[in-house]
Amino acid sequence: MAILLKEHTKVMVQGLGKEGQFHAEKMLECGTKVVAGIRPGKAGQDVLGIPCFNTVADAKAATGANASIIFVPSPFAADAVMEAIDAELELVVLITEGIPTLDMVKVKNKLKNSKTNLIGPNCPGIITPGVGKMGILPVSIFMPGKCGVISRSGTLTYEVAAQLTAVGIGQSTCIGIGGDPVIGTSHRDALEMFNNDPDTDMVALIGEIGGTDEEIAAEYIKNHMTKPVVAFIAGSTAPKGKRMGHAGAIIAGGKGTAAEKKEALRAAGVAVADSPADVGVTAKRILEG
Amino acid sequence: MKIHEYQAKEIFAKYGIPVPEGQMVTEVGDVRRFFEEKGGPVVVKAQIHAGGRGKGGGVKFTPTVEEAEQAAKDIMGMTLITHQTGPEGKLVQRLLVEKAANIDREMYLGFVMDRETSRVAIIASTEGGVEIEKVAAETPEKIIKIWIDPAVGLMPFQAREVCFKLGLEGTAFKGGVKMLQNLYRMFVEEDASMAEINPMIVTKEGEAMALDAKVNFDDNAAFRQKHHVELRDISEEDPLEVEASKFDLNYIKLDGKVGCMVNGAGLAMATMDLIKQCGSEPANFLDVGGSASAEGVENAFRILMSDKDVKCVLINIFGGIVRCDKVANGVVEAIRNIGNVEVPIVVRLEGTNAKEGLEIINNSGLNFHTAQGFADAAKKAADLAEGIGGA
Repeated sequence: MAILLKEHTKVMVQGLGKEGQFHAEKMLECGTKVVAGIRPGKAGQDVLGIPCFNTVADAKAATGANASIIFVPSPFAADAVMEAIDAELELVVLITEGIPTLDMVKVKNKLKNSKTNLIGPNCPGIITPGVGKMGILPVSIFMPGKCGVISRSGTLTYEVAAQLTAVGIGQSTCIGIGGDPVIGTSHRDALEMFNNDPDTDMVALIGEIGGTDEEIAAEYIKNHMTKPVVAFIAGSTAPKGKRMGHAGAIIAGGKGTAAEKKEALRAAGVAVADSPADVGVTAKRILEG
Repeated sequence: MKIHEYQAKEIFAKYGIPVPEGQMVTEVGDVRRFFEEKGGPVVVKAQIHAGGRGKGGGVKFTPTVEEAEQAAKDIMGMTLITHQTGPEGKLVQRLLVEKAANIDREMYLGFVMDRETSRVAIIASTEGGVEIEKVAAETPEKIIKIWIDPAVGLMPFQAREVCFKLGLEGTAFKGGVKMLQNLYRMFVEEDASMAEINPMIVTKEGEAMALDAKVNFDDNAAFRQKHHVELRDISEEDPLEVEASKFDLNYIKLDGKVGCMVNGAGLAMATMDLIKQCGSEPANFLDVGGSASAEGVENAFRILMSDKDVKCVLINIFGGIVRCDKVANGVVEAIRNIGNVEVPIVVRLEGTNAKEGLEIINNSGLNFHTAQGFADAAKKAADLAEGIGGA
């Protein structure tokens, strides 16, 4: 059954501009149930045969949509997420990059005690191969299977998924959780979901420098994880105090180095690949025991 | 985005946070004028985007006008090396001259984004004027930490709690509470990502004051903080990084020989890591973005070529929504437009239309080295950069 994005997931798209339409079409092509679009002031119109609504609540009431993918530009993105959380959608994927951190602090606060799982922002989204995708990931490199993938990055996720597929390891669900300092679903949150998912039997975790998300994940793995985990941490060569593209990928105050994260994961029993080219073969070795 | 101390103090003053009376100067003679007008003693402080200036000789206390002038002469134009500047140091082009305060006590006060709780946190300590990371590591009990609920903001009781723990009394207590509230207001209204006062002091007259000021802004909020553009000091940044930022490219200059061009920040970091494992060093971090447009590729290439340390270029593109054939066309076009590209170029294309992309590369008549897979690409690039194996 995979996690988060399942057979019953019915998706609305917030922000059906050029980019939103392009990706909505790709999502439909791979079987995703895209049932509504949100275009304030343009209710009643159709885009790609998808009916449009003024508000998230209207779209939910009319179509039974329980998830949303957001392409709204960064100045207005926090408002769009708040609307989706308010409408009690189960899953919200926030693709938008460049959202002010203090806006995300407010979003994160509203997420507490809500019914919503937020993925992102600044992320490639989520795919359950064979079922559908909410995001911008290229479908062709994924293959249905039983390995969960969690990653802070976009193209590095593709790299790892392609390696797994190449060695014959399919994926249950792949989640790009995003590269910002404040994000919805964390590595730890996603690990817990995979741990509880009967159709996932191992997890590949792709982290990077900055913050303590990987250390918190390591703590969870040590105490609760019943399935094998393979990992790679990007940024061993990154200098201190420089932001490596992602707003969250920065070694600040000497904290958040790749070495610390690898050590924490190894201590928790994770098979950490030193080379980013070896994640697939490491996973294969673990599976074959 | 980083700003200078004198700029941060101007913002503080606007938000009602007491700072010493001072003036930014670019001419040494203005230090004498300030001293004669306002009276001494004064403090002369180098203005660079890095901490640890005092230890590096960039901050001087001067009781007489002659000493002030001498300090200004010494510091202006010096290359200041601190633990934050790197070994090459930073050229001092601006000074801040301030009336010296009568310091009774020094403390630490900072507001930061705490990623673990996704909240703004106040960090305070009775230990001021020293590195706070060191205090946190050696005497964690001396660190006061309070988290702010974004829905209600900093509550007065929280500001009082911090000031009680700092041991403030009387007018200094009242001033401290007000300083915290004003600093939080500044943090939110200006979209700061960090605000640090080290040291925050109490003067002998009983006033709480910001003796130093460090503020960073959230780049993502630039669209609603248009006035911050004027605060940017491009001379403090790497020229190639400034050039790259004009084209929305994420570029960071490093010290190695392999110039890297990658789509996506995570893959770009991983590529750097793999180059190092293959025995060379990356010359840069460069993310051409998820879309990797022909224009973006060309601009990226020009920036890589202007780094004279680059001995080999590695292009690592994982096509997703962006098609590899499109990127390949961009690369070929870029090299033809630039002309005279003499360094070897290793190309690895994977994902959407990778085969078509490789055909374009191979049929271009240009001297590319194509690679099979991630590991092969990094190995070839590292060997070429290091002159190994005649690859």
